[in-house]
Amino acid sequence: MLKINNLHAVVGEAQSQILNGISLEVPAGEVHAIMGPNGSGKSTLSYVLTGRDGYEVTEGTVELGGENLLEMEAEERAAKGLFLSFQYPLEIPGVPTMTFLKTALNAQRKARGEEEMGAPEFLKKARALAKELKIKPEMLKRPLNVGFSGGEKKRMEIFQMMMLEPSFIVMDETDSGLDVDALRIVADGVNSLRSPDRGFLIITHYQRLLDYIVPDQVHVLSAGKIAASGDADLAKTLEKEGYDKYAA
Amino acid sequence: MTNEVKVKDSIDASTVEGVRSLEADKYKYGFDSDIEQEFAPKGLNEDIVRFISAKKEEPEWLLEWRLEAYRRWLTLEEPTWAMVDYPEIDFQDMYYYASPVKKEGPKSLDEVDPEILEIYNKLGISLKEQEVLAGVEGAPKVAVDAVFDSVSVVTTFKDELAKHGVIFCSFSEAVKDHPELVRKYMGSVVPVTDNYYATLNNAVFSDGSFVYIPPGVRCPMELSTYFRMNAQGTGQFERTLIIADKGSYVSYLEGCTAPMRDENQLHAAIVEIIVHDDAEVKYSTVQNWWPGDSEGNGGVYNFVTKRADCRGKNSKVSWTQVETGSAVTWKYPSCILRGDDSQGEFYSIAITNGHQQADTGTKMIHLGKNTKSRVISKGISAGKSNSTYRGLVSAHRKATGARNFTQCDSLLIGNDCGAHTVPYIESDTPTAQFEHEATTSKLSDDQLFYCRQRGLSEEDAVALLVNGFCREVLQELPMEFAVEAQKLVAISLEGSVG
Ligand SMILES: Nc1ncnc2c1ncn2[C@@H]1O[C@H](COP(=O)(O)OP(=O)(O)OP(=O)(O)O)[C@@H](O)[C@H]1O
Ligand SMILES: [Mg+2]
Repeated sequence: MLKINNLHAVVGEAQSQILNGISLEVPAGEVHAIMGPNGSGKSTLSYVLTGRDGYEVTEGTVELGGENLLEMEAEERAAKGLFLSFQYPLEIPGVPTMTFLKTALNAQRKARGEEEMGAPEFLKKARALAKELKIKPEMLKRPLNVGFSGGEKKRMEIFQMMMLEPSFIVMDETDSGLDVDALRIVADGVNSLRSPDRGFLIITHYQRLLDYIVPDQVHVLSAGKIAASGDADLAKTLEKEGYDKYAA
Repeated sequence: MTNEVKVKDSIDASTVEGVRSLEADKYKYGFDSDIEQEFAPKGLNEDIVRFISAKKEEPEWLLEWRLEAYRRWLTLEEPTWAMVDYPEIDFQDMYYYASPVKKEGPKSLDEVDPEILEIYNKLGISLKEQEVLAGVEGAPKVAVDAVFDSVSVVTTFKDELAKHGVIFCSFSEAVKDHPELVRKYMGSVVPVTDNYYATLNNAVFSDGSFVYIPPGVRCPMELSTYFRMNAQGTGQFERTLIIADKGSYVSYLEGCTAPMRDENQLHAAIVEIIVHDDAEVKYSTVQNWWPGDSEGNGGVYNFVTKRADCRGKNSKVSWTQVETGSAVTWKYPSCILRGDDSQGEFYSIAITNGHQQADTGTKMIHLGKNTKSRVISKGISAGKSNSTYRGLVSAHRKATGARNFTQCDSLLIGNDCGAHTVPYIESDTPTAQFEHEATTSKLSDDQLFYCRQRGLSEEDAVALLVNGFCREVLQELPMEFAVEAQKLVAISLEGSVG
């Protein structure tokens, strides 16, 4: 469902070349993991996919569900069902979490030509989900991410993901900063969303997460390129041996 | 009865006098003295002042009031210290009573600037109301029709107020029907010679609102200028007087979120509020003057003097304002905290975009013991606009235990706009505690992208983030007003990014 072909991208004012020809395909129903050393371009890939300003594609193509993703604005990609769980979720002062999410959900629905979700249905869904993810209801009234702990922010990303029910999910180090219990909650959430028509790209540094969310494939990103691909066992090897072998 | 006769006499006297003096100047000004005439010529002189007073059938004392103000005004200099920059106003090139050449209004909505119609649509204003607001010829002239489409609403509303003894009428009606209240309180908060624009207002004010809440009465509804009959034509020199007697409460709403078409560039209003023992007044304003064209031409200059006098013990006043629109805003709603334990609050959102300029803030004058004040100001600047917060907090020698908290936040959108904070703090008592916090931030690309990744368009994202930034102030507005204000915030910032 996600097809990345020979993707090159430059970043920032200086137009630094960060992605150097990534090719990758995630069929519907599969979970792929991306691992790789710091600075290898993992977050950059996630931003290029989601259409962040300042990240310019110089070569290559990306398709989601057969459509050219690169021609769409960030919000159009979101409405198409692309979701990014941020490595560093942003604080949104003064905007209660529920307000933020309801606005986002209905903006997406509107863009897809669907009817908006009314407040009662939204509340019901949110309450049930908060319970499942062990998020305190008071937290949903607080401004989004403001003063949340690192782990709470990550958990809130998963909450948003599950509320929005996207069709393709990119998770950028969602496991970093989570305690053991939270890790399991997050993994359970992801696993509950696994379905034949949904794809995942999971960026992580740790094999631990992949014990809970078993990937169909693992890719090693090094210096802006896929240096190796393999099955779930590749992650275990990387954990033991590190990335020396793939150094650019 | 005798009172009424007297008033009538003095009207006649002033009319006669007015006409006489007009005759004398007939040649000089080429100005027909026919009192039936609906307008006065351009410019300002004593005859024009007399003409206005005569047309309004005012008592002698009020004519004298106006003349004295006019004479003082001549001796004053226009202030130049506000951080706003506008072409010099030629006071002799303006009409002070109606205008002989009414600019032709549009014949139908088809002739109205599509951008403005778009704004009306976004605010959810009905077609009929749109016609009124856009000044379409033949549209109803009374604002109340526009908003509620029914005069019966007003009638029921007036009955309800009367039952509680609340007086809510136009300033002119109050001059006629409640002269003792008007004479007692008018000018007691904003002295005639307070400042250049206020003095001008005293000389030529057109009309405005009058509110009196009797002792112990909690006004049963929010009073809105929407509701007031004859709201039309109060025009550029508006005058509002609100009196909350002992232990009473009122919430007063001024303005309208829809941009009002207005032929007058200069607006110099006066609002005076008197709060007696244990009484409370909440005054909320949402102002969205006609913004002028995209270059800022034709926009309104808004120079208004608003002041509340917490005269009684334990009295309280709070100003909440959402300012967008005018080309130039110069505005400092103030509180005089005279009564012991009295409290003043000021919550403000000022949004400037395009070429707009705003110089706004508050003055908290602590005179009584243990008086408290709180100031929350949110300034948002976009485009090439400039906004300045100018706040004065002062404590008199006797204001022992006075306390103030000021929080002043500025948000910049883009690189070409500016925000300035100018706090003035004066204290003559060592026991006063004044705190001032100020922050300036830029709307961050990271936050914008985060919102867009969740599906919000860039404009919706800006609106959401800015409304979040303003939340503490929006919360102070009455419910319906808050919802409208949020929409207004979004609309004012359209096109400010990207
Ligand atoms: N705006 C920018 N201008 C120049 N270089 C940038 C910019 N943003 C990122 N980079 C560089 O791009 C490279 C890839 O960064 P990226 O954040 O994608 O790495 P990562 O693989 O996600 O690393 P980590 O594992 O630490 O999260 C880094 O060397 C980083 O310094
Ligand atoms: Mg990263």
